[in-house]
Amino acid sequence: MKKKELSLDKDGKFDISFVLNAKELKVKISGDETLLELIRRLGYKGTKKGCDTGDCGSCTVIVNKKATLSCIIPAFLVDGCEVTTIEGIGSISNPHPIQEAFVEAGAVQCGYCVPGMIMSTKALLDENGSPSDEEIKHALDGNLCRCTGYVKQIEAVNIASKKIKK
Amino acid sequence: MPENKDFKVVNKRVKKIDSLALACGEPMFTDDIDIKDMLYAKILWSPHAHARIKNIDVSKALKINGVKAVITYKDVPRIPHTTAGQGYPEPSPYDTYILDNKVRYVGDRVAAVAAETLQAANEAVRAIEVEYEILPAVFDQLEAMKDKAPIIHDEKDSKNIPDAKRNIAAKFDFEVKNKDWFGEADYVIENTYRIPYFQHCAIEPHTSICYFDPQGRLVIRTSTQVPFHVRRIVAQALNIPVKNIRVIKPRIGGGFGSKQEVLEDIVAALALKTKRPVKLEYSRKEVFISSRTRHPAFMRLKTGVKKDGTITDADMEIVLNTGAYGSHALTVMMCAGSHTIPMYKIKNNIKFSGKSVYTNMPVAGAYRGYGATQGFYGWETQMDIMAEKIGMDPVEFRKKNYIKLGEGSPVFKAMGEGREGVEQVITSIGLDEAIERGLKEIKWYEKKKEYSKWNAVNSHIKKGLGMCCLMQGSGIPEIDMASATIKMNEDGSFNLLMGATDLGTGSDTILAQIAAEVLCVPNTDIIPYSSDTDLTPFDVGAYASSTTFISGNAVRKTAEKVRDMIIEVAAKILDEKKENLYLKDKSVYSKNGKKVSFSEIANTSLYYYNQHQIIASASHIAHTSPPPFSAHFADIEVDTRTGEISVKEYVSCIDCGTAVNPTLAEGQNDGAVVNGISHTLSEGLEFSSNGTPLNANFRRYKIFTTKDIGNIRTILIPTYEPNGPFGAKSVSEIGINGPLPAINNALYNAVGIRLYEAPFTPDKVLRELGKKKNV
Repeated sequence: MKKKELSLDKDGKFDISFVLNAKELKVKISGDETLLELIRRLGYKGTKKGCDTGDCGSCTVIVNKKATLSCIIPAFLVDGCEVTTIEGIGSISNPHPIQEAFVEAGAVQCGYCVPGMIMSTKALLDENGSPSDEEIKHALDGNLCRCTGYVKQIEAVNIASKKIKK
Repeated sequence: MPENKDFKVVNKRVKKIDSLALACGEPMFTDDIDIKDMLYAKILWSPHAHARIKNIDVSKALKINGVKAVITYKDVPRIPHTTAGQGYPEPSPYDTYILDNKVRYVGDRVAAVAAETLQAANEAVRAIEVEYEILPAVFDQLEAMKDKAPIIHDEKDSKNIPDAKRNIAAKFDFEVKNKDWFGEADYVIENTYRIPYFQHCAIEPHTSICYFDPQGRLVIRTSTQVPFHVRRIVAQALNIPVKNIRVIKPRIGGGFGSKQEVLEDIVAALALKTKRPVKLEYSRKEVFISSRTRHPAFMRLKTGVKKDGTITDADMEIVLNTGAYGSHALTVMMCAGSHTIPMYKIKNNIKFSGKSVYTNMPVAGAYRGYGATQGFYGWETQMDIMAEKIGMDPVEFRKKNYIKLGEGSPVFKAMGEGREGVEQVITSIGLDEAIERGLKEIKWYEKKKEYSKWNAVNSHIKKGLGMCCLMQGSGIPEIDMASATIKMNEDGSFNLLMGATDLGTGSDTILAQIAAEVLCVPNTDIIPYSSDTDLTPFDVGAYASSTTFISGNAVRKTAEKVRDMIIEVAAKILDEKKENLYLKDKSVYSKNGKKVSFSEIANTSLYYYNQHQIIASASHIAHTSPPPFSAHFADIEVDTRTGEISVKEYVSCIDCGTAVNPTLAEGQNDGAVVNGISHTLSEGLEFSSNGTPLNANFRRYKIFTTKDIGNIRTILIPTYEPNGPFGAKSVSEIGINGPLPAINNALYNAVGIRLYEAPFTPDKVLRELGKKKNV
């Protein structure tokens, strides 16, 4: 996240430019808008709000390759950054191997935490293609889930890592 | 042994129908749609535990730019109702009002605002001026029953409160006396057990959006487990006709009981007032404080046991703290006994005395386990204490006494949910296999020896094993009703419309599997659609471990009717007798080899001959509630320097009959078990001396994460329940009841202490270790 002067318009809003899911965007935001609010306002509803205090991980997106909690990041901080949300890594017609792995492992129950969990997994596997269970647990530690007990989700990450290596 | 049916779809690990869409972040939840001109709602919550509103001035709030409505008790109908999403008439007292001139806990509703922006709504809430007359408050359920305790429900118009003057929201007593109390017992053991405030922590906060359809009917899109009860109770509270309300349940981000509460009345009131769409989304803090919690419990259990391992007497007293309102007050309390006492044979006398008591604390409600969690904590701890007293192996002691196939219990008939229960005998049980398998998986006997050696030489880290047995129910017999509709399409696929409410459990998938099994199609040819009060038939909703068993039977019956209609048409096409026809692979075959495909049958019925829609509906109520059974095994380490307990391995073997989808069944149990371990070791709301919650956020109310879990394993023990759809029983709740007693028993095995108050935090462990040292 680089430093840049942002100039306010008469409503106290300003423009930022960033790449969202491989699309270059220029949007008008207000200073108190969070990245989560911005993403959802733009129609990307896959990123979820579970606590708004950075404690549950449902809002996890990837900003410049790092898993990031979008509910506590002011939107202006992503000016000039590359942001990826769950919609940016795969779709029903062309799912990402991590998304397939979560389905195959039975790691999706209510599914509310799952986009965040998948984004944390993506950031992990981009950096470390063969994580140990301990490394998986460490990477997903910030993603709360009340449905699964994490058992099948950890399994899903293992399946995903194998799928990606193939 | 299971009646080994050669299932085609049932008992198969098919993919959860909505899982790919969810994994791709498709907009499926309540808040994932954008509605034009929508207002944002916010609620002003009481800062006081008990107070009367002397004066409330909303004029400043109304002047804030963008504020469209501010409502107080003066603006809404005053109709006593319950928020408990239960069948009608609800067994919970009618003690709640949309808004009242009295507040009864920190976090109670005072007023509500709708504004163009969330910021304006928040600002307006802060601008409401309230003058309170602060009343004395009471926070503990035992204190609240004493003379001179403040009376929390002193209003005249509440209904069905058994003893408002003593703050008793519900009571139930039951006794079977065959001999003198404890006359035959060699040992009498009495202990008390306490459970604090636990919150469900569904990751999706409670969210509701109200808007109007083109006819002006109120549409409530809401994160609920009970859409039909929402429709009925909102209609009741706002005094509007049921026909003017439609409730839509989109995907739900977990509920665990907290969304079995009807809290939609207030947002509906705001929508009616403003004639605009309104959204209310609870913040996490609001979910913790102002949605619902598990009932804190005080339980006294006095049991008698003979040296030969016979349990002679059981005297169980439970006093639940229901908080400011009596949601589920009677039924959770009764289930604390009805789901636990029948677990073991009690030879002579049984007594149950239960109360749910009002306090100036957050409102308790339904929570996975539903009383059995509270009850089994005491019961299964006490089973180990009794076994030790008579010098019997705790596993053998349980095996000797647990309820066997064909046996009943006087409790089944005496204690239902809010009224008399239903007589039943056990028609399927795999507990012996569950115990044997669990012992083997966790290496019980090898580790016992190993750990006693280890503990003798290692002074700081101690190891221990503990186990427990559990049961639950499968729906509420002769109360819960479910129904479904199936219709056939041109390509031989089927729409399955049902009131059953998938809140993330996977019920859409397993119910489609049941329909597919009957109709001999792959589950992908069944298109499930659940819970929209305009489009689907009635179902009580997702609670009481009822969906697989009761909604599953409704779907099975519906599919059977459709199957018969298909055969009817096929008989005409093939010019065969119906009894010579059978379904296979999306076709109807005759015994002499003729065949017609489903798509030809559908097209014939829709377009060519004796035209009609192949469609059927069926309903189901159950006359029994076959319990699932489970054996849990915990392998723990205790650090005697820090008091920290860590669960290294946890094995739970569960007999849920036929697992309709083994992957989803395992997932249900894994989640319940980890929720239970998290309860046991780290959870619990804390309060200041004036009843203000101190840790209403995920940073300070610690729920388990990936890093906290040990080796968690669920093992399904197949049985065949004759009353269930394809042999299935319930699976979702039972698992949460095990960790408290299993870990307590393991703690005793490791360091010789037992804890009688959850959670088992390091301070409590150290305190008890200190006491033990000083003895």
